[in-house]
Amino acid sequence: MDYILIIISAVFVNNIVMTQFLGICPFIGVSNKVDTSMGMAGAVMFVMVIATMVTYLLQQYILEWLGIPFMQTVVFILVIAALVQLVEIILKKVSPAMYQALGIFLPLITTNCTILGVAILAVQKEYNLMESVVYAFSNAAGFGLALITFAGIREQLDLVNIPKSMKGVPIAFIIAGLLAMAFMGFAGIVK
Amino acid sequence: MNNLKNFTKGFIKENPVLVLFLGLCPTLGTSNSAINGLSMGLATTFVLVLSNVVISSISRFIPDKVRIPSYIVVIASFVTVVDFMMKAYLNTPGKNFEPSIYDQLGIFIPLIVVNCIVLGRAEAFASKNGVFASLIDGLGMGLGFAFALFMLGSVRELLGNGSILGFKFIKGDGMLMFVSPPGAFLALGFLIMLMRKLNQKLAKN
Repeated sequence: MDYILIIISAVFVNNIVMTQFLGICPFIGVSNKVDTSMGMAGAVMFVMVIATMVTYLLQQYILEWLGIPFMQTVVFILVIAALVQLVEIILKKVSPAMYQALGIFLPLITTNCTILGVAILAVQKEYNLMESVVYAFSNAAGFGLALITFAGIREQLDLVNIPKSMKGVPIAFIIAGLLAMAFMGFAGIVK
Repeated sequence: MNNLKNFTKGFIKENPVLVLFLGLCPTLGTSNSAINGLSMGLATTFVLVLSNVVISSISRFIPDKVRIPSYIVVIASFVTVVDFMMKAYLNTPGKNFEPSIYDQLGIFIPLIVVNCIVLGRAEAFASKNGVFASLIDGLGMGLGFAFALFMLGSVRELLGNGSILGFKFIKGDGMLMFVSPPGAFLALGFLIMLMRKLNQKLAKN
């Protein structure tokens, strides 16, 4: 039951993009096409689950044991940076087409606040290992949901006639605002 | 490039948030009131200036292949410093028991480390320029960021709550939506649009 609550809360009620404002850069940057946004969502999900698992174990068994939990930020970001490099190398070997499509955004996952944010939040909420993994997975799913929905809308938006100074990013933000209003409708389902 | 130009470019022409679209997460997440936006902006400025100075002075000794991780370690150390300082000095709850600034900024303080502006300036400017120029650049960019956050925070606080920095201007409740998440997106969208118009006008003259 707890797991279901975590999933619903992270995907809909406290959606990471729409209500917590993490991962806005890829949300605006890679949301031009549905295909690329799917790739991005997949990459984020993969990295986020592994990163949260690794950082959780680090926090519990090394930082706490040494009595240096204040090194959290420094250690976490380094581990995440190394993980992203690893994913990049694997992806380059396994699926060159996807590697081509994601291009510049894969290294940028390092500075994607969702990964570090979720890792820190999982520690702050004092979840156990399994809960942390579920939390990371459902946050990544929430990110994917918001990103792919948004990409679908933006694909249509290219065909519409809008004022010149609104084109591109400003109109994207206004659409995101309307989408966030829709997500507000979920508020109150879980505490 | 002279230092004055270097300093002022962060405000209008190359404003990190409104023109370059960097650091959008803290911009949206912490601009629900003017004071929150301003404190976040100043905290980021502190990190940006110090990391720019340190990186520009040590970049000659860092091998090219490990430069990004090294920069991140420098930045993360300063973020930890800011985190502790804010925990010590900005952690008192308000008069009406509203949460302290430290609690309201919450997760966004450790997340300064992944703010694209900080790493971006380290890579694009501090690693190639002298210490003083980097200091000026960090100060200009940081204050430009703080300026954007303060503007967005003021607009949202004024529309959502009828006040700026806690001083009430308009009686009654405001449009609560502007303090909540959708308002952040809407206000930033319109602010970017205004900034574009302004920049177009400046380019014409």
